Parts: sequence; C-alpha cells; structure tokens
Amino acid sequence: MTKVIETDVAIIGGGPAGLAAAVSARKAGAENVVIIERHHELGGILQQCIHNGFGLHRFREELTGPEYAYRFIPEVWDDPKIDVYLNTMVLDLAKDQSITAVHPSHGLITLRPKATVLAMGCRERTRGALNIPGTRPAGVYTAGAAQRFVNMDGFMPGKKVVILGSGDIGLIMARRFTLEGAEVKAVVEVMPYPAGLTRNIAQCLEDFDIPLYLRSTVTKVHGKDRVEGVTVSQVDDAWQPLPGTEMHIPCDTLLLSVGLLPENELTQMADVPLDSRTQGAVVDQNRQTLIPGIFAAGNVLHVHDLVDYVSEEAEIAGRAAAEYALRDGDTRQEKITVIPGENVSYVLPQRLDPDAETEFYLRVTKPIDRITIELGGVRLAVRRLVRPSEMLKIRLRKDHWEKLKQENGETSLELVLDAKAQPVPSPRAQREGVRQ
Amino acid sequence: MKDTKATTAVKEEIRNMTCIVCPTGCQLEVKIVGDLIEVTGADCRRGEEYGRNEVLNPVRVLTTTVKIAEGTLPLLPVRTTEAIPKELLYEAMTALADIELKAPIKTGAVVVENLLGTGIDLVASRDMDHK
Amino acid sequence: MEKFLRCRGYLCTLDLGSFLHSHIPNEEVKWLGKRSHYDAIVIGGGVVGTAVLRTLAKLELSAALLEKETEVGWGVTKANSGIVHSGFHSEPGTWKTKLSVLGNQMFDQLCEDLDVPFKRNGMMLVAATPEEEEIIKHYYNQGLINGVEGMEILDQKALHQLEPNLSPQISMALRAPSGGIVLPFELASAQAENAAANGAHVYTDMEVTDIDYNGSVFIIHTKQGMSFTSEYLINSAGLYADELAKMCNLDIEPIIPRKGEEYLFDLKVGDIVSHTIFPVPTPTSKGILVIPTAEGNIMIGPTALELPYKDDVTTTPQGFEEIFSSTQELVPGLNRRDIITSFAGVRAGSPTGDFIFQLSHDGKGVHLRGIESPGLTAAPAIAEHVLTLLKDAGLEKPAKKDFNPRRPRVVRFNELSDEEKAEVIQKNPLYAHVICRCETVTEGEIVDAIRRGAKTIDGVKFRTRAGMGRCQGGFCTPYVVDILARELGVSPLEITKRGGDSYLLAAEAKALLKGGTLCD
Repeated sequence: MTKVIETDVAIIGGGPAGLAAAVSARKAGAENVVIIERHHELGGILQQCIHNGFGLHRFREELTGPEYAYRFIPEVWDDPKIDVYLNTMVLDLAKDQSITAVHPSHGLITLRPKATVLAMGCRERTRGALNIPGTRPAGVYTAGAAQRFVNMDGFMPGKKVVILGSGDIGLIMARRFTLEGAEVKAVVEVMPYPAGLTRNIAQCLEDFDIPLYLRSTVTKVHGKDRVEGVTVSQVDDAWQPLPGTEMHIPCDTLLLSVGLLPENELTQMADVPLDSRTQGAVVDQNRQTLIPGIFAAGNVLHVHDLVDYVSEEAEIAGRAAAEYALRDGDTRQEKITVIPGENVSYVLPQRLDPDAETEFYLRVTKPIDRITIELGGVRLAVRRLVRPSEMLKIRLRKDHWEKLKQENGETSLELVLDAKAQPVPSPRAQREGVRQ
Repeated sequence: MKDTKATTAVKEEIRNMTCIVCPTGCQLEVKIVGDLIEVTGADCRRGEEYGRNEVLNPVRVLTTTVKIAEGTLPLLPVRTTEAIPKELLYEAMTALADIELKAPIKTGAVVVENLLGTGIDLVASRDMDHK
Repeated sequence: MEKFLRCRGYLCTLDLGSFLHSHIPNEEVKWLGKRSHYDAIVIGGGVVGTAVLRTLAKLELSAALLEKETEVGWGVTKANSGIVHSGFHSEPGTWKTKLSVLGNQMFDQLCEDLDVPFKRNGMMLVAATPEEEEIIKHYYNQGLINGVEGMEILDQKALHQLEPNLSPQISMALRAPSGGIVLPFELASAQAENAAANGAHVYTDMEVTDIDYNGSVFIIHTKQGMSFTSEYLINSAGLYADELAKMCNLDIEPIIPRKGEEYLFDLKVGDIVSHTIFPVPTPTSKGILVIPTAEGNIMIGPTALELPYKDDVTTTPQGFEEIFSSTQELVPGLNRRDIITSFAGVRAGSPTGDFIFQLSHDGKGVHLRGIESPGLTAAPAIAEHVLTLLKDAGLEKPAKKDFNPRRPRVVRFNELSDEEKAEVIQKNPLYAHVICRCETVTEGEIVDAIRRGAKTIDGVKFRTRAGMGRCQGGFCTPYVVDILARELGVSPLEITKRGGDSYLLAAEAKALLKGGTLCD
C-alpha cells in the first residue's frame, strides 16, 4: 500500500548540507538522488538567516543566507534526476537504510536507497537543558525561534530583550532586534570569552552599544505570565554564581543562544555509533559512518561555524555516497582511529583509511596563541591565534603519512592528534592579551 | 627621545577595533596622526582598508526585511548592494518600515533605488512566489 | 494596522457536545453582565472538579463548571506527578485511604472510557538500611489493612531483577502492582470534554469573586462580570478552596500551600526504571520519587516546601540539588545532562492531614478542602462521594438515559502502526504534516486538540506533546502559534502561552519602528 521509492542516494534534509550533497552525488555519477525535506522549501535554516556573511570562502563574496541557498537550489530543482520531497518527515531510518517517511499527498512512503546521507542539521539548546531557576513565563525563546518570528513570520516576540549566551545566532539577533526598534539590554556569557565570531561582537554588539557581560549568567527568571526581568550574576571558575553580584535587568524577553546540538535521533534509530564529543556520528574521511552506506555531513555531524565548510563536507559525503551506490557496497579495510589529544576538543574524521589524504576538521578547547598540530607526533601545521569558536582545517598529506610510518611503524591503528601550545606569543596575541 | 606632545600640534590617536571583513576577525590598531592613518594587525589588504574606512567613513551592509503582500511569507529579506554609511542604518530602517511590496519578486530585484541618496540600491535577497 | 483587542472577559463554553467555540471578542462583550442559572455549579476545574462535573452530567440536571484559568487542569493538577497510588501510604480509616483505594479501582474503566493513557506500572517503596526495612514492613501491613491487593516484599536480588538500575545499596522493596501512572492534565481535560459532550457547561477564564445565598439559590459573582445562580454549589477550588469557603461564611483553617519542584528527563532514558520508585516517606510528603510518566519520560521530584503564598511556581537551585541528590541514591544512573525541563506546582496541603468535606447552607454547598496526595487517585471516588452528599441534601434527579461515557478517541500519530498511520492520513491529510519533530506530533492532532478545547500553547502542548520534547518548542512554537491563530480566528498577537497576559508576541513586524520608540 505504501509507495516504495528506489534510489541510488537518499539525502535526509534539504538545508545547506543536503543541497551540496545532492549536487555532488550527481556529479559523482549517481543515477538518481532523492532529497527529503520536512519544510515547505529547500534551504533549511539559511532561509531565516537574512544577514550577510555567508560564502566568503567558497564564493569570495558575502552572501545572505537565502542568497547562499540559491547558489544551490536552482541546480537541484533543474536536475530531473534529483527528486525533492518537501513537507516530508522521516519517521524511521533502519540499519539497512530503509527509510519511512510521511508525505502530504503520498501519505506513508518507504525509500530504499543504496546509500544515505544524513543532513538533518542541529537544534538549539534550551532553558531546560540549562536548568535556569525561576518562573516559567511566556517570553523565553531560543534565538533561532525568535529569528524565525522576526525574519519570516513577521512578528516581534518582545520589546526589551536580554540574550543569554554569545553564540552567533544570539549576536545576530541582538542586531536584528535593535534595528527593528526593540531594545537589547544585555548579552550575558558564562565563559570568559565570547562564543560567537569576534566580528559579530564588533558588528552586532559594539556597533549598537549593547553591553556584553562575560563570566556571567542568568540565575533567575522573573514574571508570572510574561517575562518581567532576569537576575544576572557573575560566576566563578567553576561557573557557579557568586553571591552578592546579582544584577536585576527588567525585560520582557529572554533569548537563549547557548549552543547547538546535532539532531541525531534518526541516526540513533539506525544504530549509528556517535562520538560523545561532537554528538554526531563517528565517520571516516569520506564522512561514512560506521554503518556501511550511511554517510553524514553538516551540522548533524558536528556544529560548524561557517556554512562554507558545511557545503564542503557535504560534497565529500555526497560524492562518497554516490561512489558507494555505484559500487553497490564497500571494500572496507581496517581503519585507523584518530584520538583528540592535547587542547583538542574534537577532531573529524575519527577514522582514517591508511594513506588517506584528507583534511582534519577540529576545534581547540581554549583560545591559544600559537599552536602546532601534530598527528602521532608528526607536525602537520602551525597556526596563529586559535579560538574554540573557529573550526580549524588541517591538511593531511602523503608526506605526512610517510613520516608517520617512519615514526610509528606500519601497523599503528591509533593516532593522537594534538594541538600543542607554543611558548612564544605572537605580537597579535600580545596585543589582544590572550592568556595561555 | 623628546616628548611628542611638546614637539607637535598634530594629535595622535589610536583606535583598536575588530575587523569585520571576514570571519577571522583580526584585531586592528588604527593610528591616526593628522591626515595619516596607519593600520596594523590586519591579515589582508581588505582589512587595512576596513580600518581606514572605520576612521573616515564607517559603512555597513544593511540586511533586513520589508513587508510583502500576497507572498508565501509576509516579509521579504532585502539587502543593500553595497555598504551604506553606518549612521544611516536607523534612518533606513524607519524609511523601509512603510514599504509594502507585492509578490512575486525575484532575487536581486531592486526594491529601493538609491537608498536615502546613498547611490546604493536595496535589493531582494530571495525569490518570493505568489501564495 | 489593525489593533487587536487585548482584553478577554470570557472565553468559550464547551457547549452541548460542540467543542469548536472559538473566542470571538464581540461575543465576549455580549456575555458581560449576563446571568445564567444551573442546578449545580462546580467551582474549580482541576482533576477533582471535572470529575464531579462529569458525575453530575450523568444525571438529568443542568450543571456548569467555573474555572479561573484559561483551561481546565491548569492549577494544582497541571504539576501533579501523575501517580495513581495503590493505597498503602495513608492510615486506615481516613478519607484518603477509603477514597484512594476505591478510586484506584475505578481508573481502568475511567481511562478506557475517556481514552486517557493509563498504565499500572506498579509502585516500589525501597529501603537501604535495616531501619528503613522495618518501615517498609509497616507499610506492607498498613496496605493489607487498607485493602491493597497484590503487594509483595522483595529481597535485594528479586528487586534488582525487576529494576536493575536501582542503586545496589537498596536492600528491600515493597512492590504494589496496582499503582499506576496517568496524565493528570489529560484526565482533567478529558473529564471536562466528556461532561460537556453530555450537556454540562465549562466556563474558563471565569474567576469567582463573591458568593451570596438568597435562601434558595447561590448567586456567584465573577471578575469577568458575568454572574451565575445555582441550587447546589461544589467548591473544588484547590488552593483557593479556603477562600471560597470563607465567601460562604465558613470559619475554617487555611490551606497550607506546599510547593513541589519536578525535573523531566529526555525520552531516551525513559526505561531506566519501570516502577514508580518511592523512598521511605517523610512526615510531610511521600518523599522524592523517580516516576516513569505515562508518556514515557522519567520525572524526578517533588520537593515539599511549605510556603505562605499560593503562587510561587519558581524552580530553585536548592530544589534541584535536593531532588537530584536524593534520586541519585535511588537510581544513580540518572544524568543531569539528560534533563529537558523543570517546573513547579503548589499543592493544597490539608490542615488536618486528611481530605476535608465540609457542608454549608443545609448541605447544598459542599466544600472540598485539602485534597492533597493521593487526591488524583481518589478523584473519581471523591466525585461519587460528593454526589452522595448532594443527594443527602435533597438533590433528586434521574440518571440521564443517553449519557455517553466515552470520549471520541484521540489520534496519537506516533503510537500508530504504519497501516494505521496511512489510514488516518487518507482520512485527513493534516495527519501527514508533522509539526513537532521531537515528539512527532502532526497538524491533525493539534487541530483536534484545539477543537477539544485547547486555546493556548500550553493547552496544545499538554494535550498533544507538541513542544514537550527535547527542543522544548524551539522549532514548533511558531507553527503552533500559526495553527492556533488560524483555528481560533484571531491574530497571532492574541495567542498566549497559558492565558492571562502570557502573550507570545509583542508586536507586528515594523510596528516598533513606527511607534516612535526608535532613537538614534
């Protein structure tokens, strides 16, 4: 009774990752590709990110979110071999890649792809996850929900706003609210440094004289029906509120921009092993998960700061998925495990084929002035001033492998990736007073 | 070395700022000595230019929305084709609050020509179909 | 730009089986100053008040319920833990014991009729020391006297076989298989819906301010300007029952507000325990529990803090630490990172420690006070008891011949088989549109909830689970606002989180730029 769709590559999610994966899967020879998108249009969260700043690396210009999406959408629409199912929600993903989805006119549908790319993106952390004490009034929103209301639905959720967390969406929304005539009273960040990109601190907060309180957090929400204010307290090194530092800020809205979490519910349904650090799947250099034929890319795999690299990663996954589908299987060899070492909060890929030439995506645990990136003791690169908010890309070349073999022997199945701090600060770091 | 204050009438000013040209966010130091502007700390030439502009004529790209009737959404995202003077941002927002377009419209279509006399246009940044 | 009225006097009645009464501002105005007469009026739409109303609806009489909140079940009921107690906790001979043991037995039929999720998951009272083991034996014996069926004492091995995630320190457990879990809000709203379908009227946003008696009827005044008359009055106002009793000139001891905080975990840890886990009780409460909810989450709590006020529903760091550290001793595998939300409620603590049934006006006024735990369990039995009291005072009405005990079944899309899903979609394509992705709630379910009486975001959330999952409404709130506005025929600016002034949105886009609030 249910419609069954056979395809080379199925892509779950039509945001930036899904779009790029579809295009690249076709270029790599996939006969047909299906994109399943729960929303009524392609583009994902980019459609509500109306600010510019996207695409500088990839297109050498500053695009808005929708403009960036339109760099891909026509190519997808115009390709008769890419089927797009909009308003379609995947309910189940089995280990054998059988996908059950619900479609507005076909009802329940089943897809049987030869390869699958997971591109479901991420969601925002909420108040519940932070456990902020106080009342539960209306007016507490995640920054992304507020962004949707303001930029797409045509409503202002509030007039006097406090933003908890200095993630990029929160900073962008501080500017949007201000430009739309609301008053942003403060941005509050628990860490000693901002979570978002430095340039967003400049162009979204400093441009509009919005105060940023570091090492602080919201310790109480006030208001019975609607938010009437928040208490902001400074915190100690263990993030515990310091008594006596409470400051009351009257406001009608509390926005949360406290981090993003990959949306891996479907991934878990298919028993795809996850990395506790990225909260996304464990993948190899082709972005193939540990379940053969299932690939993942974009924010479902790890939260990116730049969409340019989402596209890049999705192209890797899309191409590999197409190749897998065409081969009708995988000739898998024993893979090397990459372990995040000194100062590295996570690294991708977590698995490597021996001799794979690839690029590591990684983040450091704290701001560091000068680092050398080493794999198994072999130096891969040197970087100046790095911050946790900026993902690093480090190339792994053939000559690195040769050195690795010299130092570790042929059979090493585990390699540690370190980001070692260098003793001498650069002039730039000295100016900025970054502490080691 | 002699005391500079005593020897010169030209005021020296140093401004620190974050470059917003790209996500790297270089920390710039802009030294202003009379007509002379010296930018240090930028990783690229565009950063140097940004530092100079911030002193002479700070500009920003404005991205916002305007109301649109009969579209799939009630708002159309728009942008200025180039950066406009920073001081005009609020004025532009107020002026744009009164505009209401009618769907359909295509990406890149000019919404406001020569916004506030800047010589810079405001354009649609996405397609908006008729609902 | 059109300005929308921001005052609501009076909302909807669930009228004679038709649940689609949207609130239309003009209609509200029409009702102001109006007086309606009923044979019996219940004040308070909690799980007890709605049970009483449904019981009254079984008779040939006119009955109405007045609720001060925007929806029924919004008071003490909403934050109730949802436990249907087996009845070993309370002392023999008390109202609590009599009515909860009886009530417990009524739940299967009640929840079947009303299509409310109910599960007899069993209760486990656990002990970790020899002293606690003695206490457990005491409760076992008390349960036997109270008539609790099926109880057993489990030794360390047996209890860990049933609940392997319990702390290894736990050495003995009293298991009562008749204990269950239910959704308290769902039960209250289902009772109200079914009562309305059988002719009762439900008034929400209707706050009683004064009660007069003219010798034959009660005259009930409301903040919203409408008044009511009735022959019989049932005060089931929960936390505010003492204040209403005073309006009827009863000299009574005040209710003791007792706050409880609760913390809810992600569905993914939902099977860490299957029984509701109780520590040995304290003098004021049954202790801090680990509760598998009827929806498959794990909930921990509540605290029991006596307070001088009735409206403190704040959660606190102290409350969290108290709850979390206590439950670590029961189920050490619970991780604070998996908490998705928290809330607090205030219970109507009894000044005597037992339920209080007090009469006024020759028995025509029945006042229910101190309906604290196990009030939810006892609710169906309380309703029967109230009817007996009213009959004693002269209420004589025949049974309604065409009373329909069943509520139209609720489609819970996520729980259907693939075939059933395909079937409901075929009948109504709105079931193919998933709105809440965390809980897989469809537009069809949300529209159905609105037709059954949901008027607010929380009303939709508590009926359908939309927004109750791990993203806590981050993605679906804008869509739910849209659907509510569309179905109720109002602007999204009118939509509230839970009535009152809990508006979700402040202004239309661009409105703030025109109001002169912009300054350079």
